[in-house]
Amino acid sequence: MRAQITVYLVLGALALIAPFLGLYPVFLMKLLCFAMFACAFNLLLGFTKMLSFGHAAYFGASAYVTGWLVTAQGWGTAAGILGGVAVALLLGLVIGAIAVRRQGIYFAMITLALAQLVFFVCLQANFTGGENGLQGIPRGSLLGVISLGNDRIMYYFVLAVFAAVYILIRRIVHSPFGQVLKAIRANEPRAVSLGYKVDRYKLMAFVLSASLAGLAGSLKALVLGFVTLSDVSQTNSGEVILMTLLGGSGTFLGPVIGAIVVVTLQEYLSDLVGSWVSVIIGAIFVVCVLVFRRGFVGEIQRLFAQRARLANDQG
Amino acid sequence: MTTVFGVPLPAILGQLMLGLVNGSFYALLSLGLAVIFGLLGVVNFAHGAFYMLGAFAAYIGLASFGVNYWWALLLAPLAVGLLGIVIERLFLRHLYQVEPVYGLLLTFGIALIAEGVMRSLFGASGKSYPVPALLQGGFNLGFMVLPIYRAWVILASVTVCGVTWFLIERTRLGSRLRAATENAKLVQAFGINVPLLVMCTYGAGVALAALAGVLAAPVVQVSPLMGSSLVIVVFAVVVIGGMGSIIGAIVSGLILGLIEGLTKVIYPEASNIVVFVIMAVVLIWRPAGLFGKEQ
Repeated sequence: MRAQITVYLVLGALALIAPFLGLYPVFLMKLLCFAMFACAFNLLLGFTKMLSFGHAAYFGASAYVTGWLVTAQGWGTAAGILGGVAVALLLGLVIGAIAVRRQGIYFAMITLALAQLVFFVCLQANFTGGENGLQGIPRGSLLGVISLGNDRIMYYFVLAVFAAVYILIRRIVHSPFGQVLKAIRANEPRAVSLGYKVDRYKLMAFVLSASLAGLAGSLKALVLGFVTLSDVSQTNSGEVILMTLLGGSGTFLGPVIGAIVVVTLQEYLSDLVGSWVSVIIGAIFVVCVLVFRRGFVGEIQRLFAQRARLANDQG
Repeated sequence: MTTVFGVPLPAILGQLMLGLVNGSFYALLSLGLAVIFGLLGVVNFAHGAFYMLGAFAAYIGLASFGVNYWWALLLAPLAVGLLGIVIERLFLRHLYQVEPVYGLLLTFGIALIAEGVMRSLFGASGKSYPVPALLQGGFNLGFMVLPIYRAWVILASVTVCGVTWFLIERTRLGSRLRAATENAKLVQAFGINVPLLVMCTYGAGVALAALAGVLAAPVVQVSPLMGSSLVIVVFAVVVIGGMGSIIGAIVSGLILGLIEGLTKVIYPEASNIVVFVIMAVVLIWRPAGLFGKEQ
């Protein structure tokens, strides 16, 4: 427990001073957005064991809607974000209601197929700009007072939202609701026989996860000022899975670390090796699935647990 | 001239023909996917990549080694099937004990690798592959011209699907396969080499995808990404037909191709999404799929 608090204090301090360490703020914000996306995804994969293969749909749809509301409709920043999240929530409700009817591998395929539907809608709809996407999305100001145009101010805003989401996810997992989710993860038929309306819990988790993924997408649209089809594509859905798996699904910090590793790799490798990046990402996927299913944080936790057990045996 | 929905009849028939051609590819791909899933319990995400590799094998064979279409039809599935066997031995085999989603994730990674390698080597743009001399031109049916190559694609896929169905449902080998699908341990106890069966099944399923790729090469552009969106449509087809059902995969593949073609005539904007919409409706109405059984 004490080790955990130390880790959080160190990470929190690092996050606060990061823009002064010579790191590019826009890149840091991108990391935070994808970390938030991965945390939202982990709520499903890690804590409910539902593999959604189409989370880019909520991330991307929300990014598009926020971008469109802020740019074409002249909405304020906060209202634009809320609008985007509301759309992600509705999408999550509809797709989730269809997908939770099946489990495991079927669930994955259904979420993938319906996300592809969202992709094609984004490709063909008028407000998304088709192949070009949306560009020049203004960041606006917070409640009309604090201008977010400055990268450092925007960074602290994104960091605050990220911290809030992170704490919220911890609260959700540790709440009675989260305990039921864990029970479903451990043994679904048992949870059913105990009288829980399992489908309703799963749908609720799905909607929460989709909404938070949408929030991450909205913020990403504002941070970078553009939205493209790749935000809503299957590749993005795959990458968020990799982030979560690599960092450690079912741990709180894992997705954050996974997102940092994957986004950093992409940022630096794409200049170096061009289209070989996807080969490298694919290879990491293969290695991760074959020998590293617990992920970074999962492995560290296992080591600690082992050591604690050894200490207990000796003492 | 006869019109339906304000569209001239030959145009509709032309689109239906195209739809049936697409449907043939869906049927071949979803058949392989269903066979692999039935025995291995793995949803093969790399199926689209193997389809792409099949088309590229034909393209490279012709461009670099002068291997003609007919030989490609035989050699490309063999080569890609062998690659599949290697992948099964090296990687997939280690995942049969863990949850099936890991098989999906592993094959997703393999698809990324295959697409990335081909894109790095050949660029993202499409390459064209000539229609073999024997199959050029078309029959004039009076009301429309039937391109011979497209007719050949439909005929070839339906035949291959039929033969595969026969092999699985009516032969001794097929009965072993089906038995191993039901209870691998028991079949192993009877002295049948189940790991070998599993390996060959994966190779055969992959070879079917590659065969679809060779058939597709003259009618679509051969490009590294030709399989990545197709595989998602094929997933939807398999969900609609009912996972693991051989006949369901074939029939729903062909029918959905037709429906897609029809949508292109009536409401072109929806032609990309119609399969997914149908999937959603089927799931609400019959969660196990049209030909699937409720567990």
